[in-house]
Amino acid sequence: MLTATKLAIETTGLVKTFGSTHAVDGLDLAVPLGGVYGVLGPNGAGKTTAIRMLATLLPLDGGTATVLGHDVASEPDAVRSKVSLTGQFASLDEDLTGSENLLLLGRLYGYSRAAARTRSEQLLTAFGLDEAGNRQVKNYSGGMRRRLDIAASIIVTPEMIFLDEPTTGLDPRSRNQVWEIVRALVAGGTTVLLTTQYLDEADQLADRVAVIDHGKVIAEGTTGELKASVGSGALHVRVTDIATRPAAAALLRDVLEVPIVEEADPAALTARIDDPARVARALPALDDAGIAVSTFALGQPSLDEVFLSLTGRPTEEHAS
Amino acid sequence: MTSTTDRTTDTATAVADVLKMPGPRPARPTAWSTSLSFGWRALLKIKHVPEQLFDVTMFPIMFTLMFTYLFGGALAGSTSAYVQFLLPGILVQTVVMITMYTGLTLNKDIEKGVFDRFRSLPIWRPSPLVGALLGDVVRYTIASIIVLLLGLVLGFRPDGGLVGVVASIGLLLLFSFSLSWIWTMFAMLMRTEQAVMGVSMFILFPLTFASNIFVDPATMPGWLQAFVGVNPISKLVTSIRGLMAGTVEMADLAIVFGWCAGFVVIFGPLTMRLYNRKS
Repeated sequence: MLTATKLAIETTGLVKTFGSTHAVDGLDLAVPLGGVYGVLGPNGAGKTTAIRMLATLLPLDGGTATVLGHDVASEPDAVRSKVSLTGQFASLDEDLTGSENLLLLGRLYGYSRAAARTRSEQLLTAFGLDEAGNRQVKNYSGGMRRRLDIAASIIVTPEMIFLDEPTTGLDPRSRNQVWEIVRALVAGGTTVLLTTQYLDEADQLADRVAVIDHGKVIAEGTTGELKASVGSGALHVRVTDIATRPAAAALLRDVLEVPIVEEADPAALTARIDDPARVARALPALDDAGIAVSTFALGQPSLDEVFLSLTGRPTEEHAS
Repeated sequence: MTSTTDRTTDTATAVADVLKMPGPRPARPTAWSTSLSFGWRALLKIKHVPEQLFDVTMFPIMFTLMFTYLFGGALAGSTSAYVQFLLPGILVQTVVMITMYTGLTLNKDIEKGVFDRFRSLPIWRPSPLVGALLGDVVRYTIASIIVLLLGLVLGFRPDGGLVGVVASIGLLLLFSFSLSWIWTMFAMLMRTEQAVMGVSMFILFPLTFASNIFVDPATMPGWLQAFVGVNPISKLVTSIRGLMAGTVEMADLAIVFGWCAGFVVIFGPLTMRLYNRKS
């Protein structure tokens, strides 16, 4: 079944070293054609380095990589003609206006002057930038830059697009807009490789996710599979009277036979659940013991919890 | 809340539509066409940041006036006599000194994110650099015209006529374009623009001053005459003096063309090698 699936990207043992730092350290990826593939990892995990190698911007120090069937080392030009890159830092000319940026790139893709102008106007309108088209990009907001950057990547519809942390630093509304754009790209048949350090972004957009840390893939699968690897779900309980929390924790431990985590919230308890049937028994048991609860909810574990269980440390550690 | 949702849905629809809009993908553009597009980018930058023209307008005026009046009386008896000798040389000095900025600009430019995009495009690899140099040729032309006009005001009279003058400028532009590949190489090699500037000055000062621009090398000590004799700038100045006076020697021109070809053939590939490896 796997062999029937055509791969958009395949890497084996990809390596990139900068001095003594192994930025990418034996990365194996198999990205299926179509949909969004998420590469999830904290800052410094090697996401950007990997994407730059796949986009033919950095030579490989080891391993092999093919993008849409073309070897990045021996056929870089074929890769460049099929893939668009939107870098982590907007890949735009700050001194030029939005419209001039699109015109320049349109010309570089081979459009005539008139056709490049038409395409530039279509894109500016579609991305809600028609009014800003004649302003220099250095005066754009973060969200506007991102939209122009993505617009620049689809002047010629690419078979594949690399989005390197497309929503880092954006406000929630701009982030939602970028998400909508990504979904529209996928619906149009483009394969998207997306790197992100936001777990909810991968959860929202990606069909499959590779979690990478220290330049290696530490887990791979659908977001659902990743969550399932941690346990089938998480039970969240809040007691009405915080004095009853120790008793509740002890009782739950007996019934569920899993470790119970006492959260920072003095009324809250969480537990990873492997056997949902036991949960059904937990609520009557609490009731019998006279412990009142305000919340008793069974949910899927978040990707945060997945990351924690895979690496033994929370993702926030890197942000601080 | 509703309005936000509506707006993002609008974006999605608009983006889906715009993805379907382009017709068949255009044919891959030629190397010349992409280089010209990058040249256009350089001109747009001048339009948005006109201060960039300071060096090509002020340097020519400063150099021409300063050296004409500084050396004119002492070296040739009068400024009007000296300007006849100096002008072709000062034209070369001015434009060759300005080529230094090519390296400075590129060193800064290449650090920006937009070069990631340029390098990920399916185009002839050197075109961003060739285009930048073509844009600079426009700047060199401006400088040349300013020096020439000022020279005419100061009493310079080219016997070679308009044809000689146009050919002189053409030759100078070709030489500057070729020489600039040295600066593009240093722009890739050096980490800061100050370093690029330092190296460029270190090369340009001896090349322009230890030449036949200001004085006849006959009075120089033997070792210096030997250097001046092989200095490509001297050959260029001799050729341009010849073109302006209508007495150019084909042998001198051939040597200048040889230097131009040499610069491009050696430093072009070196630059591209560094450019492809730049991270």
